[in-house]
Amino acid sequence: MSMAGTAANPSPLAQDGAAEALHIESLHKKFGDLHVLKGVSLSARDGDVIAIIGGSGSGKSTLLRCINCLENPTSGVIRVNGEQIRLKADSHGHTIPADRRQIERIRSRLGMVFQSFNLWSHLTLLENVIEVPVHVLGVKRDKAIAEAQTLLDRVGLAEKRDVYPAYLSGGQQQRGAIARALAIQPRVMLFDEPTSALDPELVGEVLKVIGDLAREGRTMVLVTHEMKFAREVATHVVYLYNGLVEEEGPPEEIFGAPKSERLKQFIRSIG
Amino acid sequence: MELLSPVPPGWGGSLLRGLLSSVEIAVGAFGLGLLIGICGAYGKLYGGPIAKDLWAVYTTIVRAVPELVLILLLYFAGTDLINRVLVMAGYEPINISGLVAGILVLGFVQGAYSTEVIRGAILAIPQGQIEAARAYGMSPILMLKRITLPAMLPFAIPGLANLWLIATKDTALLAVVGFNELTLTTRVAAGATKAYFTFFIAAGALYLLLTLVSNVFIRRIERWARRGMPSTAGA
Ligand SMILES: Nc1ncnc2c1ncn2[C@@H]1O[C@H](COP(=O)(O)OP(=O)(O)OP(=O)(O)O)[C@@H](O)[C@H]1O
Ligand SMILES: [Mg+2]
Repeated sequence: MSMAGTAANPSPLAQDGAAEALHIESLHKKFGDLHVLKGVSLSARDGDVIAIIGGSGSGKSTLLRCINCLENPTSGVIRVNGEQIRLKADSHGHTIPADRRQIERIRSRLGMVFQSFNLWSHLTLLENVIEVPVHVLGVKRDKAIAEAQTLLDRVGLAEKRDVYPAYLSGGQQQRGAIARALAIQPRVMLFDEPTSALDPELVGEVLKVIGDLAREGRTMVLVTHEMKFAREVATHVVYLYNGLVEEEGPPEEIFGAPKSERLKQFIRSIG
Repeated sequence: MELLSPVPPGWGGSLLRGLLSSVEIAVGAFGLGLLIGICGAYGKLYGGPIAKDLWAVYTTIVRAVPELVLILLLYFAGTDLINRVLVMAGYEPINISGLVAGILVLGFVQGAYSTEVIRGAILAIPQGQIEAARAYGMSPILMLKRITLPAMLPFAIPGLANLWLIATKDTALLAVVGFNELTLTTRVAAGATKAYFTFFIAAGALYLLLTLVSNVFIRRIERWARRGMPSTAGA
């Protein structure tokens, strides 16, 4: 276990010059006796769109939630923007972030979009979008509002700015949640099945927004069951099986010429 | 009726001063209870094992023992204890004002109930909203201020409103320790004039008035706290 590690080592440059945005190495996660992640490694450079696919219970959500320590990894290395998350063992022997400030700072640059939207219900859409910039990142309120307007406009919700989330459709809430993620100018965006809680007719509007972001070169990690979409927008696809990366590669290979028997079966089963 | 006149020899002025004292104590006790309640709810939900046990002991005992007993106990034993500590530390004993003592004692009692109301309300917040706050790097204090407290409020208002109304009436219990709130003032006035019926009806009317005014504010606050929630009135 190399958990102590150094902070803020400079971002290594890949061959094509894009800096490393995210690096995960031999990540393990146990829930009690349940070994959910068994040594997962993953890397994303600027502009990469990594799609994580796999069966239910394979550990996709857990992997995503370990990146910003919503779940504390049991062991492994996580580097965001070249800075390694420092972990330590607490009095019960559980691994926890060693430095609360560091993990808060790193989290505030990872824009997470949840399956169930999770907009704050006591805040209007606009207030939701400016909440983190103003109160966590210290952006001036006027400036944050101006930026939020632009973002809401771009996800097609400009006229809904003063509406509370409960009065929005699922698709609108999820687009609002994407605007909230964009407002922090995220280094990496993390999506956990962003459309699987939506009625079928609302999936398209959300996928369109995510697709546009992918095409403009946003760095993102996307857990999804939408295989067609993953094939379209991903630069790299990771197939997770039972807590391990069973196969990974460019979407054409993963979907066009899968090697592992399990992946073939998975793709067939999903249709 | 001239007995109730606000200028002496009428007792109206005294009654109103009594009411004011009652309101002061109720506001102070409710506020103190709220503070204790927030700490207690946090302690019970997120505290270490020792903190959890301590808060459990506190809420159990306070809610088990009759309030009157607690008030007598805390008032006399509490002031005695404070003065003993002061004397031991080499200070002069102090005379704790009835107002402060009343607020502390009732606030201590209210805190136990507030703890449970707020704990329940925090548990009612959709977990995802707390998770989103964590995921976006909010510190625990910021999260409390910006997300947890406002998000739990709609669930806590009915219980807290009850506690407020109870606080206004519990002030009457302080009559037993000789604090001049509305009930004691009424008893004194009634005793002096033998017009028991008049004065207790008047006091009852004042308590009722206090409740009615409170209800107006409670409704406003509740509407504000539920601003993000669709109305349950059905269309
Ligand atoms: N907080 C938790 N405590 C205990 N076990 C958990 C917890 N979270 C997840 N698990 C278990 O870990 C395993 C992986 O869960 P995870 O949510 O990562 O799967 P997933 O790949 O996202 O599945 P799905 O496609 O259904 O969302 C499952 O067996 C799940 O029951
Ligand atoms: Mg999942």
